[in-house]
Amino acid sequence: MTAPLRGLLAADPVVATSGVALFADALRDQAVPVTDAGWHPPMPGTEDALARVMADPRREEANATALARMTAAEATLVDVAPASEALGLERGTFLHAGPPITWERASGPLRGALIGAVLLEGLAETAEDAEQRLAAGEFELEPCHHRGAVGPMAGVVSPSMWTYVLRDEVHDNTSWCSLNEGLGKVLRYGAYGAEVVERLRWMGDVLGPILRQAVRSTGPIDIRAIVAQMLQMGDEGHNRNRAGSLMLLRELLPGMITADASSADVAEAVRFSGANEHFFLNLGMPACKLATLAAEGIPGSSVVTTMARNGTDFGIRVSGTGDRWFTGPANTPQGLFLGDYGPEDANPDIGDSAITETGGIGGFAMAAAPAIVRFVGGDVPFALAATRRMYEVTVGEHPVYQVPVLGFRGTPVGIDVTKVVRTGELPQINTGMAGRVAGTGQVGAGLVTPPEQCFTQAVEALAEAVPR
Amino acid sequence: MTVHVELRRGAYHDSVSLMQVSRSVAGAPGVQAAQVAMATELNVDVLRQMGFEVPTDAGPNDMVVAVRADDEAGVESGLAAVEDALRALSATSSDTGAADEVPPATLGSAIRRAGAGLAVVSVPGAHAVTETYDAIAAGASVMLFSDNVSVEDEVALKDAAAAADVLVMGPDCGTALVGGVALGFANVVRQGPVGIVAASGTGAQQAMCLLEAAEVGVSHCLGVGGRDLKAAVGGRSTRQALRALADDASTEWVLVVSKPPDDAVLETVRAEAADLGLRVHWATLGAGRPDLTAAVEQALAAEGVTVPTWPATTATPEDAGLTVGAALRGLFCGGTLAEESLLVATETLGPITSNLGHEPALGADLTGTGHVVVDFGADELTRGRAHPMIDPTLRMERIAAEAADPTCGVLLLDLVLGHGAHPDPAGELADAVRAARDTAHADGRALPVVLSLNGTDADPQGRSRCAEALAAAGASVFLSNAAATRHAVSLLGGAR
Repeated sequence: MTAPLRGLLAADPVVATSGVALFADALRDQAVPVTDAGWHPPMPGTEDALARVMADPRREEANATALARMTAAEATLVDVAPASEALGLERGTFLHAGPPITWERASGPLRGALIGAVLLEGLAETAEDAEQRLAAGEFELEPCHHRGAVGPMAGVVSPSMWTYVLRDEVHDNTSWCSLNEGLGKVLRYGAYGAEVVERLRWMGDVLGPILRQAVRSTGPIDIRAIVAQMLQMGDEGHNRNRAGSLMLLRELLPGMITADASSADVAEAVRFSGANEHFFLNLGMPACKLATLAAEGIPGSSVVTTMARNGTDFGIRVSGTGDRWFTGPANTPQGLFLGDYGPEDANPDIGDSAITETGGIGGFAMAAAPAIVRFVGGDVPFALAATRRMYEVTVGEHPVYQVPVLGFRGTPVGIDVTKVVRTGELPQINTGMAGRVAGTGQVGAGLVTPPEQCFTQAVEALAEAVPR
Repeated sequence: MTVHVELRRGAYHDSVSLMQVSRSVAGAPGVQAAQVAMATELNVDVLRQMGFEVPTDAGPNDMVVAVRADDEAGVESGLAAVEDALRALSATSSDTGAADEVPPATLGSAIRRAGAGLAVVSVPGAHAVTETYDAIAAGASVMLFSDNVSVEDEVALKDAAAAADVLVMGPDCGTALVGGVALGFANVVRQGPVGIVAASGTGAQQAMCLLEAAEVGVSHCLGVGGRDLKAAVGGRSTRQALRALADDASTEWVLVVSKPPDDAVLETVRAEAADLGLRVHWATLGAGRPDLTAAVEQALAAEGVTVPTWPATTATPEDAGLTVGAALRGLFCGGTLAEESLLVATETLGPITSNLGHEPALGADLTGTGHVVVDFGADELTRGRAHPMIDPTLRMERIAAEAADPTCGVLLLDLVLGHGAHPDPAGELADAVRAARDTAHADGRALPVVLSLNGTDADPQGRSRCAEALAAAGASVFLSNAAATRHAVSLLGGAR
């Protein structure tokens, strides 16, 4: 039998301190190994709720369960299909990124993307007509997350858009994501010009069916394995997807070139996919969504299961509080700008792509992708420190997603709202920046964090949910 | 004269660090008075008493920088001193090596990274529960120095700790000694066969120092928090500590030190201890029970150790022509020492007004015309302020006030040495004693001052050196707090 108190009285003391520096100093004077937690007050007004949540006897085990489920979740690409078929999306309903929002409160890029989608669906003749109908409330708006789907940037999905279908057989979950349109003037950044709608039509008529044949003939494809490899090849899976895109293309190529389509269409589909550095993003996102879906709804768990933005609000959801959104005004990313664009052109944070950080990659895996700093700003030590900081606010490390430069340490995964509120250390998100004005498209890329109040509200709600 | 008050929102430093900052700012050229403090209710009161106007929206997460100086240049030198002192604070805490290395941000992270078996929590009370749960979840025993933790939280924390097989020492636990390492306020004593379980910080220190004077060493001193033997807590940590000491090879016998416990709890714990096959002696204060010194003497005798003569120096009596006041004024930093003095003095003097939770109780101004005992370490006096063993300001002010009060007959003071305490407390206190006596003498009154000086010669401050400094200032100095109290009572004048 081990000694009582885990052998406290028999061992040479090793001490951790939290609070007055005097105590740590007094111990160092006695040559005792001391690690100080560098305590500072939590986000204002949260101390009572925090104490209640920390006292919840379910919390530790619930978070361990959340972590185990998140890291055990599979992500297999099994099909490509139109949203009408895959998601049962009804004509006149449009999915969008982030927490729920109305047209009135929607930002420029979301409005632009909705206009483009209405035009794509043939529900309006002109952009003005589409805008009027949207403003009149003729269509249903619904978050992608409410259907288990995710969409980058504006994240607008309409019934005729094609989606990837991913499965997690372990937890019997399915997730979906639209096909990536490439960079420049694209719907997800709020552009809705003729070339945008034309490209979407081509994606529906040509690209989607070819990808479907490819997946059906060569698939299913293990997306999680690609994520694990791309992290070892300099990608972080949110703003850098180069290696992942090439690996995905390698998997799909045999099926694409043998697809039942004209050689010109096949050539264009291959060219389009190969030219797109973010081809893989729309697979990494639903893979992370499957991980977080598996961790949803565990009573007592303080692990974040969703982080998403609609261009106006940033919203999070937490395992122990189910479907409830905790929202606050989205911050505007800081970073580098394309061409002549500057900070005044950037829209507040937008997109479901923060699901990558929620699932332990993206900004959380920045140390794996030092080259990212050329794109989002900062320097290499910053990229390494970003990942290290995230270990302080997460419940564990991912056994499959690893960072070579940190000695193949697993990426930080499972954001714990209590740790965020206690430390004030907000999740690090790498993101693209959409233009503020509808129709502009992408203006840059950078770094952003969620607003504090998402987390303080979540802690309050968790405290209320603690059984008395 | 120029006054500068500014609010720095969200800037946080602990009260001990800010006390050091305040001191160095107050010493800057041209500065008359300065206070840098978190804007807690208590600190805002102190700032107002110092004549500073604090913005009404200041909250406990905001730092107030208040400087009164001869002129604008003085304010500037004060503010420069603030920056220097704050920079010095962060320089020691942020020395983390490589640019991308990140220090632990939570206590749980610090425990896991270091493989620590023990955590010391000294954050403000409202945050202490969170920190302690974090440490328990990380598998560490906790010395919980913080006070202002509710008894409900204490019970829940101790149950969670027991389930995780770790010990919560506290809350409001100032003293512990684990495996030869002093935690918090602890005296330097030899290693030896005695395990101490202490529901009292300064009580434990008194016991350690008496044992040291008897040349008997200590194996471990496990604090359990002042309320552990009260009915609501039911001896939860005491029972865990006794079981651990029973299993410990270096512990031969145990001394349980406590403020007055609940009788039923004491009985249960005694019965449990008897089953552990461990020799346990009880220094549990209370009416009808021996004082700490007597309890230690009984334990030593039972263990076959010769009881020594406890160190004591009595001062030369003052000029017979001076009048002697009738009231005892006990001004304490140590809660248990205050409690013991109250018990001992009450035997002779009858009811004594105090802030120790007994009747008669002191009002909010803590003053009275009769016998008074004040514990300056009480929860309500340490909110957002360092403990008086570190920051003696409030008690120093009170010593000066008592000196000017003709009803004050004898000043009874404690001074606790050891790790964690003020690095040179005796010099400052000796000056205060001398000044107090001068004030009284100038008014034709005698003012005997009796010191209960708790320490050992191995302490960083050196007990003998401190005793000499205080004796030279005219004070009588005792190691035994009970003996100091009896001596103080014997010096009172008038009908009592």
